[in-house]
Amino acid sequence: MVQDEGLAEPDKLLDIRALTVALPPEADRPHAVEDITLTLNRGEVLCIVGESGSGKSITAHAVMGLLPEPHVRIVGGEIGFEGQAITTLKPAAWRDLRGRRMGMIFQEPMTALNPVMRIGSQIDEVLSAHIKISSSERQKRVVELLDSVGLPDPAQLVDTYPFRLSGGQRQRVMIAAALALEPALLIADEPTTALDVTTQMQILHLIKDLQKKMDMGVLFITHDFGVVTEIADRVAVMQEGRIVEIGTLQQVLNDPQHDYTKRLIAAVPKLREEARSHENEKVVLSTRGVCKTFSQAGGIITQRRVVNAVKNVDLSIRAGETLGLVGESGSGKSTFARCLVRLVDPDSGEIWFANQNIVQLSARSLRRLRPRIQMIFQDPYASLNPRRKVGRIIAEGPIAQGTSRRTAMENGRELLLLVGLDPAVADRYPHEFSGGQRQRIGIARALALKPEVLIADEPVSALDVSVQAQILELLADLKERLNLALIFITHDLRVAAQVCDSIAVMRLGEIVEMGLKADVFRRPKHEYTRALLDAIPGKKLLLE
Amino acid sequence: MKEFWERYKRNKGAVIGLYVVVFVVLVAILAPILFSASPWELAGRPFLPPMSPKFLLGTDMLGRDILAGLAHGARVSLIVGIASALASTTIGILVGGIAGYYGGRIDDALMRFTELFQTIPSFILAIVLVAILNPTIYSVVLAIAIISWPPIARLVRGEFLSLREREFVMASIVIGQSDMRIIFTQILPNAMGPIIVMASLMVAGAILLEGSLSFLGFGDPEMMSWGFMIGSSRNLIRVAWWMSLFPGLAIFVTVLALNLVGEGLTDALNPRLAREVKA
Repeated sequence: MVQDEGLAEPDKLLDIRALTVALPPEADRPHAVEDITLTLNRGEVLCIVGESGSGKSITAHAVMGLLPEPHVRIVGGEIGFEGQAITTLKPAAWRDLRGRRMGMIFQEPMTALNPVMRIGSQIDEVLSAHIKISSSERQKRVVELLDSVGLPDPAQLVDTYPFRLSGGQRQRVMIAAALALEPALLIADEPTTALDVTTQMQILHLIKDLQKKMDMGVLFITHDFGVVTEIADRVAVMQEGRIVEIGTLQQVLNDPQHDYTKRLIAAVPKLREEARSHENEKVVLSTRGVCKTFSQAGGIITQRRVVNAVKNVDLSIRAGETLGLVGESGSGKSTFARCLVRLVDPDSGEIWFANQNIVQLSARSLRRLRPRIQMIFQDPYASLNPRRKVGRIIAEGPIAQGTSRRTAMENGRELLLLVGLDPAVADRYPHEFSGGQRQRIGIARALALKPEVLIADEPVSALDVSVQAQILELLADLKERLNLALIFITHDLRVAAQVCDSIAVMRLGEIVEMGLKADVFRRPKHEYTRALLDAIPGKKLLLE
Repeated sequence: MKEFWERYKRNKGAVIGLYVVVFVVLVAILAPILFSASPWELAGRPFLPPMSPKFLLGTDMLGRDILAGLAHGARVSLIVGIASALASTTIGILVGGIAGYYGGRIDDALMRFTELFQTIPSFILAIVLVAILNPTIYSVVLAIAIISWPPIARLVRGEFLSLREREFVMASIVIGQSDMRIIFTQILPNAMGPIIVMASLMVAGAILLEGSLSFLGFGDPEMMSWGFMIGSSRNLIRVAWWMSLFPGLAIFVTVLALNLVGEGLTDALNPRLAREVKA
């Protein structure tokens, strides 16, 4: 690379000029990215922020030469890397560049590693493909690399398979592989989106540390402004294929120029202090000692595995209250929610609602009670039956409870209006709607039964920030108007900070801390709560 | 629907197969008009070769018109094929749907029951059933349905197992729909694609089974069928090849066409699953 140094401006690592990438003709817009210009210097972290469909990933893939050509191809502009125009490179030259001078890490660590190949060999592959050193030297290098990304016991790890590693550990392996040849540029495409908050923070620190140590340029793609504040030196905001704003982190954060940037920053959840106390309201739902264990039957070779998904959970919620149930993946919060509506039968414990212990109800009396506790689901694409019209989906609940079809359909139209949709859409099928609209339909379905308790299981985690903000607003508004008790389950403390009155923090099936929102956020008692709070990306944004 | 036809049309073989099937159906419907006399009637001299005057495909050892036999045989083949495919699909959906939806012990019990049928040599079971019940078209349909539902039950169970974990099914439980309603109005419509494909292949399988049963003399003695025609003329194949060749071709072409249609339906209904169901 020495010969290139002379040609390049000393600091400019990546130079994208007027880049335009075409989409296939049947796509909803002609260009995935249009006329974008940006530069990345050595030793700098540039974050590209945008919502889904903004073209941020396409930009990253274009730089790596990984566009799915010929359907998606560069039609204009050029990309300069270390002073060399790379858009016209031959495949062999591309391969040489990738890995050696550019590394990339992806969003999904669970699928990015080959499951039947040892960790060591997957990193070794990168080395052997590009440089000629003896296999024993390579082996030494692999161990060093695994050590440098903070993985425990790297000498042992070389011989293990990916399934033994957690998501965060796999992402570390991916980083080790991407950095094996000390590339000048690291492209990270939403590398922490699939990870829990505490792991996310560790990975962000790791990337930042390595970037400083190796003086790399990092192109970091994310949808999350919180993450941006943790890692970026400069920020580019993308909307529908164009860069609408670019500048240093301070500029963009404190003095955003473009409306879209302002909207995105405003959509980041903020801690709202004005939580109402509901102590005078009556308790509508309470649980005592709810337990649920899942066991995997042991075979001849495998041992019987028992997972305590929910352990002794005591909880109560009052009318009009929003209770946030917060925890990382595997904390048992979803299982607990499913126990509350008896989608899962708890092993022991009591769930009291309307003076009845739901756990002991017969199937028939349970069905009569069901309308009063409703649920909103996480995945707006899986929670609506694709073969049913929207109006029918909403009317199904009341029909099952004995309302005449006509009345139910008519009420359904009113509900569509209530959740902010045009009543005329009742005759359409779910696939014609966006994620946010589908979530509105899901909410209308739950409200159709006039529930007293609404359980929302990660209702916004599959949505873009700006849509997320709208749905949260809708939920808050409806809750207020209908005096619902809302149990809001989320992994995202920022969302909980915005919408909840009180918070319960779950870890490994147990509630470790419970209290009013302000207390939990300002004066956390349990160390796990503190760890969670410290790991919130963009904490400053939240608590300002 | 238009989209469905677009995807179907892309498979040329399937379009040809559809033409053949439509042709066979027309022949079956029009048989009593085209060949008003009974196919059993002694219409001419025995052993007339094909292309004889009045007998395009010749006559058999008793002087019966082979072409008339083929046309009337198409009726039996199609009735048996469609009726038994419908019956076996119904049994399969019930058993597989209930097993897949409820899981646990009910699933275990129903699947052991299904395996019981899969471990018995099925063709022999069919012969035994027809022999006990007297060979009529009803007992043939029943026998074929009874031996061919297990694969459908397994398919439906698999679909249900994965669909019942979907959130829209959970939502249906939470709003208080009854189990039967959920099974038939929420899950089943979403599982229909692979089931329809499987059922269309079942028709072909049933026609083959009916042919085999009639060949062995277990067909309905009142009704002319392709299998019977082959069976009765098999020992004369060196003297009069046409007597067994033409009904054999009829079975071959019809079954092939139905398989092609099944393949086209796979492409059209499950663009992603394509080519897995056939196995």
